[in-house]
Amino acid sequence: MNAITPMTDARTQAIVSRFVVPAIRCAGCISKIENGLAGKPGILSSRVNFSTKQVAISHLSELAEDQLRREIEALGFEAQILADNPLTEEKDNTDKLIRALAVAGFGMMNIMLLSVSVWSGATGVTRDLFHWLSALIAIPVIAYAGRPFFASAAIALRHGRTNMDVPISIGILLATGLSIYETVTGGAHAYFDGAVMLLFFLLAGRVLDGMMRDRAREGIGALLKQTASGAMVIARDGKTRWVAARDLLPDMRMMVAAGENLAADGVIESGSSNFDCSLMTGESEPQPRGKGDMALAGTLNLTSPVIVRITATGEDTSVSDIARLMDQAGQRRSFYVRIADRAARFYAPAVHSLALLAFIFWMLVGAGWHQSLLIAVAVLIITCPCALGLAVPAAQVVASGALLRKGVMVKDGSALERLAEADYALFDKTGTLTLGHPVPVNLDDLTLAQKQITLALAQASRHPVSKGIRTGLLALDIEPVALDDIRELPGRGMTASWGGVTVMLGKPEISADHLSSQLTVGTESVVLQLQDEIRPDAPAAIAALRALGLPGSIISGDNIRSVSTVARALDLTAQAAASPQDKVEAINRLTAGGHKVLMVGDGLNDGPALAAAHVSIAPGSASDVGQQAADAVFTSTSLMPVALSIKVARRTMQIVHQNFALAIGYNILAVPLALTGMVTPLIAAIAMSLSSLIVVGNALRLNGAAR
Amino acid sequence: MSGLAILIPIALLMGLCGLLVFFWAMRHDQFEDLDGAAQRILIEDEDGDEQP
Repeated sequence: MNAITPMTDARTQAIVSRFVVPAIRCAGCISKIENGLAGKPGILSSRVNFSTKQVAISHLSELAEDQLRREIEALGFEAQILADNPLTEEKDNTDKLIRALAVAGFGMMNIMLLSVSVWSGATGVTRDLFHWLSALIAIPVIAYAGRPFFASAAIALRHGRTNMDVPISIGILLATGLSIYETVTGGAHAYFDGAVMLLFFLLAGRVLDGMMRDRAREGIGALLKQTASGAMVIARDGKTRWVAARDLLPDMRMMVAAGENLAADGVIESGSSNFDCSLMTGESEPQPRGKGDMALAGTLNLTSPVIVRITATGEDTSVSDIARLMDQAGQRRSFYVRIADRAARFYAPAVHSLALLAFIFWMLVGAGWHQSLLIAVAVLIITCPCALGLAVPAAQVVASGALLRKGVMVKDGSALERLAEADYALFDKTGTLTLGHPVPVNLDDLTLAQKQITLALAQASRHPVSKGIRTGLLALDIEPVALDDIRELPGRGMTASWGGVTVMLGKPEISADHLSSQLTVGTESVVLQLQDEIRPDAPAAIAALRALGLPGSIISGDNIRSVSTVARALDLTAQAAASPQDKVEAINRLTAGGHKVLMVGDGLNDGPALAAAHVSIAPGSASDVGQQAADAVFTSTSLMPVALSIKVARRTMQIVHQNFALAIGYNILAVPLALTGMVTPLIAAIAMSLSSLIVVGNALRLNGAAR
Repeated sequence: MSGLAILIPIALLMGLCGLLVFFWAMRHDQFEDLDGAAQRILIEDEDGDEQP
């Protein structure tokens, strides 16, 4: 490509990292990020994907992802690191389906043109010519576009089972074979049009379904990555080298610089530092760790470099353990999917036997093998449960798309079903009803100069309180002053020199019961109060939920005083000082009482509760674990999406039921007609396609449901 | 009839061209960022001069 120096070892190789930047809203943001990152040392190129709100940065591997994230944040955008793209394979799958769909569409249009002239009375040589032309187009098209079905049917048959693709494949192959026979013998009817049209509509359904899955994975599947991609390992001879996370082994010694995430669990061998363990505990206060203490993968080293001897890597780390626990808790939810699978297992053999019986019956009656085979094919095609198969995914795709535009990502279709059923809401407090990060409340007490100094100091620190102050000041369009000699005094704060005057931002002398920070300029000092504020429209959202028939209550691990403040403000009953087990028990109690509980929570301590509840929603600011355990994630600072998703889910279930009625009604009407031989394969294919179109059209009405 | 001999191949060829163009577009990630393409047209090139 362009002038990249020859790659020598792993440290200088170009790698691509992806980041989620939710704040990309306009062309200005695109150019600001791309131009801002261009020319930074180590960054080769960057590309913003506006649709998915992602930034892909190609960079030298000596730049850690965390450093890149800070580069983006320095440009004024909050960014989160994305895990290695686990959905490439799935996406390839959908791409393959789309290609097959395009080919089937091409074939269908051309064959239809030829068929129309045959129907309108072409005879003799012209008809035969058109049949041959149709065959010429249809055979390669079916061979290409039918592959997804043939392959799946072949796999099922090889394992002695049958699935929906078996009758579809048999129907298409029989119809094609019959048509070729008709064409060769100069017969009056060929059914290439029916076979190709069937393929086209089936593929359309599959593509829709695949896109829904991909989108869900884009949103959450690529879980925000907390563990580092690798670490600097100190070899016996004292040399350091970069080792990727999967190649790390226990007993290696890794050097963790300030500001780096840990790639593996370990014991600190030398040095001491403060660690941000919010991933594990949800607690934003940094925790001091020294020699001999455990440091866990996914925690962030805040203040000074340490050397850590690795005790567990990869799958064995505590982070992975928790992720696995959540996975297991979520397993039992696939109940609905299992029912659908079982239904399909019974349906496929039923279709085969019905078609076979029709063939045998008409043979016995004496209709001749040709006529009997035609009827059997018509039965196979018409009973193809495309409308039935589309009834649920089509509605779910449209609904989740509508919700996604409103900032709610629903992980899978069954979540919508369960959301519609929920009739009680449990809220966590910190980070759910409140914003979860401290916001300065008395910035007006500061003079402009003080604000500028504060911003300059806060920008240099990674402490959560500094981050809150920084966000608050940046929102006021404050420009930081230039400071010299910025240093961090461990456990006390940031200090620097401002034109000869010592300035400091740190712990206040008089400690309050809530978060606060003190700015000292020379001898003068001001105390900044910070508060974790209630989400702006929480009362409205809770009222909306109540109107939808979901009374709510708070269950929080926090102390009774701060919980009761929020409970009073929102007019909810509350349970304070609840452990994760208490939360699960509260849910079990409600479930035993006949309630279907919707849990809204964010932290690691909510993880078990999120998994145990009938359905759960987490805010986008939630910990990894919270996001993984929840069925849906909303990204806005408002709480309104929770009420909105309940509303949309209920509307979706209505549409799903309508679709089921339509699809079943169609089968009840059409199957007897096919059995009695009143339907040719072409009409069967048209009827089948029409029923699918009606179902999809009905589902499209959900597009406006999220407004 | 002789008209058909010309028109049908032309119709098929044009359809095939469309299909190939679509395949090309998919392989070159033309559908990856549809909204972004709409936004990018608004970005002003700062240096103003075209790259040769």
